[in-house]
Amino acid sequence: MSVPPEYLPLSLVVSATLFTIGVGGVLLRRNAIIIFLCIELMLNAVNLTFVAFARQLGVDGQVFVFFVMAVAAAEAAVGLAIIISVFRHYEMVDVERFDLLKW
Amino acid sequence: MEMIPALGSALAGLLQEAAHGAAGAAGQGAAHGAGQAAGDHGGSFTPILPGLILLIPLIGAAVNGLGAFLWRDRRLVPSWVGPLAVGGAFAVVLANFLRMLETGAAGPAVVTLWSWLSVGGLEVGVDLLFDRLSMVMMLVVTGVSTVIHVYSAGYMRDDPGISRFFAYLNLFVFFMLVLVMGGNFPVTFVGWEGVGLCSYLLIGFWYENAEYSSAGKKAFIVNRIGDFGFLVAMFLLFAMFGTLDYVPIIESAADELAYGGITVTAVTLLLLLACTGKSAQIPLYTWLPDAMAGPTPVSALIHAATMVTAGVYLVARSGVLFAMAPMSQAAVATVGAGTALFAATIALKQYDIKKVLAYSTISQLGYMFLAVGVGAYTAGIFHLTTHAFFKALLFLGAGAVIHSVEHAFHEQGHHGDPNDMRSHGGLMSVMPVTGTTMWAATLAIAGVFPFAGFFSKDEIIWYAGSYGYPILWGVSLVAAVLTAAYMARLMFMTFHGENRTDEAAGQGASSALHEAPAVMTVPLVILAVLSVVGGWIQIPEALPLPHVSWLHDWLHPAVEPALAVAEEHGVEAAHAAPLGGGEAVWAGVSLVLAVGGIVAGAAWVRSKEILVPERAADDRGLARVLNRKWYVDELYERVFVGPLLALSRACWRVVDDRIIDGAVNGLGYAGRALGWVGSRLQSGRIGTYVLVFTLGVLAVLGGLVL
Amino acid sequence: MIADALFYLFSVAAVVSGLFVVTRKNPVSSVLFLVVTFFSLSGLFVLLDAHFIAAVQVIVYAGAIMVLFLFVVMLLNLGHFEGEQTDFRGALGRFAAATVSVTLLALVARAVLGLEELGGQGVVAESLAGAPDPVGAALEARGPVGAVAGPLFDEYLIPFELTSLLLLVAIVGAIVLARRREP
Repeated sequence: MSVPPEYLPLSLVVSATLFTIGVGGVLLRRNAIIIFLCIELMLNAVNLTFVAFARQLGVDGQVFVFFVMAVAAAEAAVGLAIIISVFRHYEMVDVERFDLLKW
Repeated sequence: MEMIPALGSALAGLLQEAAHGAAGAAGQGAAHGAGQAAGDHGGSFTPILPGLILLIPLIGAAVNGLGAFLWRDRRLVPSWVGPLAVGGAFAVVLANFLRMLETGAAGPAVVTLWSWLSVGGLEVGVDLLFDRLSMVMMLVVTGVSTVIHVYSAGYMRDDPGISRFFAYLNLFVFFMLVLVMGGNFPVTFVGWEGVGLCSYLLIGFWYENAEYSSAGKKAFIVNRIGDFGFLVAMFLLFAMFGTLDYVPIIESAADELAYGGITVTAVTLLLLLACTGKSAQIPLYTWLPDAMAGPTPVSALIHAATMVTAGVYLVARSGVLFAMAPMSQAAVATVGAGTALFAATIALKQYDIKKVLAYSTISQLGYMFLAVGVGAYTAGIFHLTTHAFFKALLFLGAGAVIHSVEHAFHEQGHHGDPNDMRSHGGLMSVMPVTGTTMWAATLAIAGVFPFAGFFSKDEIIWYAGSYGYPILWGVSLVAAVLTAAYMARLMFMTFHGENRTDEAAGQGASSALHEAPAVMTVPLVILAVLSVVGGWIQIPEALPLPHVSWLHDWLHPAVEPALAVAEEHGVEAAHAAPLGGGEAVWAGVSLVLAVGGIVAGAAWVRSKEILVPERAADDRGLARVLNRKWYVDELYERVFVGPLLALSRACWRVVDDRIIDGAVNGLGYAGRALGWVGSRLQSGRIGTYVLVFTLGVLAVLGGLVL
Repeated sequence: MIADALFYLFSVAAVVSGLFVVTRKNPVSSVLFLVVTFFSLSGLFVLLDAHFIAAVQVIVYAGAIMVLFLFVVMLLNLGHFEGEQTDFRGALGRFAAATVSVTLLALVARAVLGLEELGGQGVVAESLAGAPDPVGAALEARGPVGAVAGPLFDEYLIPFELTSLLLLVAIVGAIVLARRREP
């Protein structure tokens, strides 16, 4: 069961919408974990683009999605570890309060 | 630094001489110039060892300079090397002189040691010029220098810097010889600057004393004003003649230039500016009295006998140019006469024995300028020569006095000024040789018959009158009276009357006064003899004496071109003074005036009690004005130094601090401001970063899509 | 027909739950809505002939990664705001976020709809009819897993192995970072 190729533009629009929501979320929120979630959302929006294009351009797009997921998993593991580490130190995860990296 | 090529070239000159000159063949160097202008004055002249004259003092300077670093404690070495180096140069000069005398050759012989500048149309070689004029100057310079060097060996015996002293002094002699032997304006200019340098070094010889070293700087800086004139004059001369060599300029000046034209007047006035600096004439004389800060032999050699006469020499050397510019001649004569009178008035009220002599020197240089200004070059050189003898003697005698008084002060632990004549008095009994020789010099400078100054100064006064400058003639007569008066005052305050050394420094000080050692008194005696007989080389025909015109004849070839120009344009000496009467009458009058001046000076000194400096009241009225030197230093301070300092300060505060530093600092501040803006961007706030990053993405995307 | 309906359903669900992810105050809600988004996306993947990816999406993303997030949120005990306090930015931040998002969407939509390869603006959907279908062919030839696994273990073998290295490093890094320091 699948949709016809004419659904490609629609898929892309959905993907763009999700990506934009992710960007807006990153800009909107201060909670590090929510920002993280939004990044995951953006990654998935990209995945949708890959999958949608794969139907016309070849199965490699799907392989790429696979890699994106692996990277996302690694990123999530390390990122969450950092958040935990930061939380232990500051007792909060508000990104506006972390400004030590300016040096 | 220029010593090395100079050394090499002098050696080359030596070798050249050994190869050609000694064998009797015409030296290559001489061949350059011998044929150029011999004219009807004898055959060609081949200089003997021309390079050696310069090389020997230079070697002396090098050895002594090395000694200043290597054997600080061996004071005997410089005290032999210094005088011997100059004595050697004197010997070579004497040999050349004798050959010139013997052959009757007039020169000019030009020896080109090596080519120095060759730029475009400008060809300047390191030329040495041997003619009658430079020969006289070389004789005076090396002769007087030798005597003074011997004296210095005694005077500076206890000074730890004696090596350095003789190094400078030898170097000075080298540069002075470069000046007088230079065959073109640039080489003369090198010597001109070199003697200025040595003058600076020797005035500030005791550099630990800030006052002395600033006196050196003053001499140097005031001379820079004159040097500016010299340089511009050289540029103009090159523009006019396309060469800077004396011989072609002298030969072609009369044809190439318009009589009394603007250019030649400008050149000569600029040269006059240079000469007023070097020879301490109005308005640039102020450095010379301060130059007395140097050791006394330096004052005798540089600031009385040799360097300061360079201006007179330069005017005489470029006599043709001056003859072409009657306005400049008048200016030279006016400056000379004015300086003679002006400095003489100041000398009347100075208490520092060396200051009196300094102003006396300025005054006598004024006479020389008057002479060369009116066109009596021979008279100017004559007075230059006799003045070198008696003024050197006066300075050396004053040095002996100072030496003695300083010793007495030192014994008593007194820190007064040993130069102050108010602390002297009655020294004739302790220092008979010094006193007697100085009297000889005093009579010579005052113009008493038959001492040297009588002949030389009288000739100047006579020519001033007979060449048609009645006012300057009168001025010079007044100055002659003043000269006699201030010299008498000096002698009576120093050598006669009660001794005031005890009064100044405490009881028993006078017992430490002593006559100078033989190494110092022998030079005094030599110079005294010269001060007496030095004038007999030129005795005017008008006097009831054997007529001697040796100097006149001797110098005639050298000054002939200038005289010819003057004659061509109708400038001739009259045979009567402005008020009538012949040369003999006025010689008698000036003798009477001189004696009268001496008597008046003696009476003036005796008329009132002389108080030692500590107790003396300040002078009042005219005496105060004279003592303060007509306030010229203060005037210069107000008119030139003050505004210059203000301008410099303005340049510093506004141009340098604000504009230049402002621009540089402004760039720095701009960079910092930019950095500050950048650092504000890097707030460390992730939200901001993300926003900016997203905006960047939008911009890129927008650029791609739209 | 059913596929079309499902496509629209999943699309709307993904977008709406995505909006909820961003707008929920409580991080736990956000995480759970993100799980919903992922499920919807997995449905879209199926409809787009990416069956294996859809399965991995559910298992790895919704299952593993999201559980990890939830776990961390609960571990840190976040999400308890008192009164008006939130982790949203102020008015200016919201305005900026909204403006940027809308602009971005407009630009991306313009880009997508204007693609030359898709036949140009306005005629996109029609021109795609009868386009080549490499994925469909691969599915028929090798089955849903084999279609992806083929290229993955063939031409993308080295990147695949490097991915394992990346994951190893990530594991080590996570342990090092999150470990409680000895006092």
